[in-house]
Order: sequence, then structure tokens, then C-alpha cells
Amino acid sequence: MAARFLSIWFRHLRTDSYVLRNPELRDIPIILTVLDHGRVVITAANAKAEQQGIYPGMGAADARAIIHGLHVADDEPARAEKLLHELALWCIRYSPCIAVDPPDGLHLDISGCAHLWGGETPYLKTIMTRMRSAGYDVRAAIADTVGAAWAHARYGPPTAVIEDNAEALLSLSPAALRLEPSTLDKLHKLGLTSIGQFARMPRQALRRRFGEGLLKRLDQAFGRERETLQPVERPVPYQERLPCLEPIVTATGIGIALERLLEALCSRLRTEGKGLRTAHLTTFRVDGRTQTIGIGTTRASHHTAHLYRLFEDHIARIEPALGIELFVLEAPTVEDAAPLQEKMWEGSFGLLDTGLAEMLDRITGKLGTQSIKRYLPDEHHWPERSIKQAGSLQEKATTAWRDDRPRPVHLLPRPEPVEVTAPIPDYPPMNFRYKGALHRVKRADGPERIEREWWIEEGEHRDYFTVEDTEGKRYWLFRSGHYDKNAAWYIHGFFA
Amino acid sequence: MATSDIIRQLQRDILPLQGFKPPSRGERVDIGLPALEAAFPQAVFPTGAVHEFISSTREDMAAAHGFVAGLLGHLMRTEGICIWVSTARTVFPPALTNFGISPDRVIFIDCSSEHDLLWAVEEALTCEGLASVVGEVRDIDFTTSRRLQLAVEKSRVTGFLLRHQPRRLGTVACVTRWRIAPLASQWEDDMPGVGFPRWQVELLKIRNGKPGTWVVEWAEGRFREAQRHEAQNEREPLRIVQTG
Repeated sequence: MAARFLSIWFRHLRTDSYVLRNPELRDIPIILTVLDHGRVVITAANAKAEQQGIYPGMGAADARAIIHGLHVADDEPARAEKLLHELALWCIRYSPCIAVDPPDGLHLDISGCAHLWGGETPYLKTIMTRMRSAGYDVRAAIADTVGAAWAHARYGPPTAVIEDNAEALLSLSPAALRLEPSTLDKLHKLGLTSIGQFARMPRQALRRRFGEGLLKRLDQAFGRERETLQPVERPVPYQERLPCLEPIVTATGIGIALERLLEALCSRLRTEGKGLRTAHLTTFRVDGRTQTIGIGTTRASHHTAHLYRLFEDHIARIEPALGIELFVLEAPTVEDAAPLQEKMWEGSFGLLDTGLAEMLDRITGKLGTQSIKRYLPDEHHWPERSIKQAGSLQEKATTAWRDDRPRPVHLLPRPEPVEVTAPIPDYPPMNFRYKGALHRVKRADGPERIEREWWIEEGEHRDYFTVEDTEGKRYWLFRSGHYDKNAAWYIHGFFA
Repeated sequence: MATSDIIRQLQRDILPLQGFKPPSRGERVDIGLPALEAAFPQAVFPTGAVHEFISSTREDMAAAHGFVAGLLGHLMRTEGICIWVSTARTVFPPALTNFGISPDRVIFIDCSSEHDLLWAVEEALTCEGLASVVGEVRDIDFTTSRRLQLAVEKSRVTGFLLRHQPRRLGTVACVTRWRIAPLASQWEDDMPGVGFPRWQVELLKIRNGKPGTWVVEWAEGRFREAQRHEAQNEREPLRIVQTG
């Protein structure tokens, strides 16, 4: 399929956006200005002002002298840049690959898109009508190369679908080639006023006189050199789009759209033996806003019903307002998925169980990823550090769990001080007072000395004792440091 | 046919209607406490049901967690997965190894509210691939507990609700209600040191069974029934042993 490009030129992008923000200024000549070396210079003028001889680069004082009742406002260049980017995102409904062409244009790679609108002429007309009704003064052209589309949008007839690329370019002015002003000056001095006059000159001669730039632009315009676009959004390989004839306004409608997109995406993933880990549903609203909801899975999945359930909770977050006209489902992270295990006999599959992964996905969707924890043993003596969080369900322990030492069922998040009576060094306490209650120790085991890991932090070692009081309650106490007058005792856990 | 036979037959017919499904072959879980198991309908520990544990003090809670961990060890065997849902988690995973559980097969879910917790417990109980679900829930109403019971009847997952200091006990649709209290450990020949964990297991409520009280010990990786030593001298002198 031959490549086709559409170039859109916003003739008065800045003033148009200014008028959109201030609708009462619709029929008034407007200029936007910036302060340049103490002089107020015009950066943009609307069509009304331009008709009366105002052009960017002129002094604002001169313009005021020419036109009575001229509206002057400060220009915000950053706003125009942002607006252009937003317009580019809005245009994604017409083509997946869109590049911004600063300061006031867009490039669309429309190869294979136009037939969805019934051909290039109606396609171009749809876009133009939408842009114009939104309040932008635009010109656009479709051609075989980016350069030619740019040239025709700016220097050709208002809306143009160019079939014969090379022939149509020859009659245009050299300025249509996106050349440096100095090169244009030279061409002008030599009396070359159309591309046709020099396009067939020997390349060496052109290079000698005008430099490499002219040749490059010529080649780009005539399709001898490929020009790549920098899309505003990189196309995701796993993507499904669903344009709607009528704007969707209900949650049921969104649900049906989502289901259809998921079915299409999952059947593709299934045939390729893959599953998705993350997915985003982006909705494009009639008023130009987009909203995105996303999900993640613990294991690569291509199970439509499960993914739909994950999305289901988030559908309520989408505000359709006047309606949604396009749904795009993307799966940025895709992994190889093991084929689903058939349930051949009763019994669980442990951590590989699909049902488990799906249940955890639902919980993650509602409570967040940080709510699910699984622990593996870690090689540290310090009880608090003896476990580490597992990164995934599949992660296996690198060391074995130790069960040769008694460990309490409940461990306090941080040890709490207790008052003790300990008569003899390195012997367990006779009694201790915890939260006001006195516990008389009847049986005890220990001490188990646990050294602090000096390569992590400095401090005293701990001597742990397992004690049982007269009522049969079992505690884990420790003394911090060696036995002396001011040794501190702590309770660190409860045994079953 | 004798009247007692008829009654026994009727009881057997009623059980499935109340959510007690007869365990299929290979599904029978033997917890190794025949005297306690005799209290259950059909003398089998009810799996695929929700059990409720009440505790009032911190030590009781630790004892209940220990007893439940022992039960989990039997339910999970080698491959099973347990989901542990709580709002303020106190369990120390390495301690579970003492009860025959590999702690990496326990997945902890930390919720920020009781409401989320009950939702997560129900969600987990509907998941068929699990061995059991533990929920540290404080209060639960009848309707919610009924929902949990219906979920386990379908999925055959065993649920444990650990209720610490509940505001109101109320009526719940769980098959059992337990209370576990720690008891002084006892070495057989009066050796010094702390012995095996020993609890007083009270079965306060059991549907179609006989409530009762037992003394149970977790010794050498399994449950063991023990005798209560009433004649324990409260004023026994401090005995200590130095090890390690």
C-alpha cells in the first residue's frame, strides 16, 4: 500500500485559541504581542487584522495606528504548543500515527485509514469540517510525502488531495519546500520563483550553490528520501479500536464496547500464545476530552471474562458527558502466557492456580497492589529482618525456612519495654510487668543470643527468653545488651 | 428398624440440607484428635465451612492463631494455599513453620477497613483453588456471615474468622464457634523449661454436634490430646534452664 500523508495547517492557531477562550472577540481584529528588547512586537494576528495589513513582526504601536479598535493581548507561546499537542491527540481518532509540526501544523500518516471514511476526499472533508466548526481556520492537503502535503497545505489550493505528486509540486513557490530563509533569498535573487525551475537541475550544481539542505528537502518532497514522523503517541502493538456511529452515553454501552474490544484483543493474544499484564481503555469524548482506565494482572492473562471483571469496577469512573465516540483498548505489557490448565481432577494447583491469580487481580484492582504480601525467608538473624517480601507469586525461596528455634506466633511491630525482676546474670526474669499487669514467670527457656548485624546498624545484641507465666501464657522477652544495672528488657512477641 | 436407626437416618438426610456435604474420597481431613472430632457431625472436622474463633485477650488471640495454624497445616498439606486477610496484622510468618506450614504459601492481604476486609474474605472464599481463608474480622452480622457460608458451600474452601474482642457476639451462620485459651505447658516427667504449646479448646457452638471442652497440645508437628493437670501447684517455685 502506498504511503499517504495529511498535513494540516492552522493558519491562525494562537488567535483562534484566544477567540475560543474569549468568544465575544469573534469579529474584532486581534493581535498577540510579546515584549522584545523593550519593543512590543506582534507575534500573531487574526484574519481580520491581516486583511488590513498587519503581519507578525510589526510593532504593536504601528498596528494600533492603522486599525482603530484593535484588540491587543499578551501571547503565551507555551499555551499554543500545548494546544497543538492536544489537537494532535484529538486527531488520533482519524489515524494512529500523528506528529506535531511546530509551530502551527500537524502531520498525519493516513496510509490505509481513509477508506474507513469512504475515500480521501470525504475523509479530508470530515476533518476540515470538524476543525472549522470547532473554530479553527485550517488548510490541509493529502499527498504521497510529508513534504508535498506540507507544501500543498500552505501554498496550494485550500483543501487538496494530490494524486500526481511530482507534477503538482512543480508549480509551487520554493518556499513550499521548508527551506532556510537564506536559501530562499538566494533562489529569489536568481529569479527561481517556482520549484519546477530548478527541480531538474543537476544535483552537483544545486549542492554547490545552495548546500545539502535544498537537496534534502527536494528529495523529501518528491519521495526520493524517506521522512519519518515522531508520533505523539507511539502506536502500541496490541491495540484494538472501536469507533461508534452514535456517541455512547451509558455504562451499559461502555460495558458492551469494552467486552467487544476485549474479545478481539484476547482472541489475538490467544492465537499468539500471549497474555496481557497491563491494559488501558481510553475513551475519546465528543467534546475532545479523553479518559483512561487501567488494570494490571499478576499473571499474563487472555481470559476475556476475567479481564472484563477487572475493568468492571472502573467503568463508573468514566464520565461520558455528551457521549463517547471512540474506544481504544491497549495492552502495553504483554508476556508469553502458559496455556490454561484444564481441570482434570480435584485438587488445587498451589500458587500456579489460575483462579488464585484472578482472585488476587480483583483484590489488587480494589485495594491496590501494596495490600497483597507474600513472604520468603531472608538470611538475617534479626527477627524483624528474617523475612522479605516476595516480588511475585512464582518467586521461590532461595534459602529454607528455619524451624530449629522457637519463634512467636505474634511478633510486635517494635519491641515494647517491660519492667522485670531478674536476679542472676544471664538468667530469665522472675517476673515482669507489661501494660500494668504483673506476670510471674514459672517456666523459661533461653537465652538465645541474637547479635545485631553490625554491617547494617550499630547497637546492642539481644538475649531472648521464652517464658511462661503461672497462668500458662507464653511470651518472648529479651534483654538488650549485657546484664548490668540499667539493662533494658523488652517484650517482642506472644507464643501460641 | 429401631427408632434410633430411623433418627440416625434422618439426621444423615438433614446434614446435606444444612450445608454439610459428605466429604468425597481423599478429601477427609484427619486432624488427629479423635475425642474432639467425635463432637462434629459424622465425626469429621467440617471442611468447606466457616469457623468462628472468639478471643478477648492478646494471649488468647495468640493461642487461637496457634490452634488455627495447626488446623491450616492439616488443610494445606503440601500444595495448598492459604489467604490471610487482616486489618492489623500481628502474625509472624516464620512461626508458621512450627505448625507444618510453609509461610511462602500464605498470602497476606492487608485491608484498611473492616468493610474492605469482609469483601476480600468473601472474594477469597469463592476462589476454588484455595485450601483455606483466614479473616481477622472483629464484627460480622448475620447476613454477611450467611453470604460467606453460601460462598464456601459452592467452593468447598474452609474459612476461619478470628474475632478479637468483638463488640457483639450475635448470631452468625458459621458452623462452629470456638474459644481457645493458653494453658500451662507440661513436660511428661517434669522436666524444666517451656513445653509444647497447650491450649484449652472450647467448642461453644457446633451445628448438629456436641459442644465440649478439651485440652489439646501441639507436639512434634501434630495435635495431641492431653490431660488437664488440676493439681498444678500455683505457687510452684521458679524453674529455669539454660540452653543454647
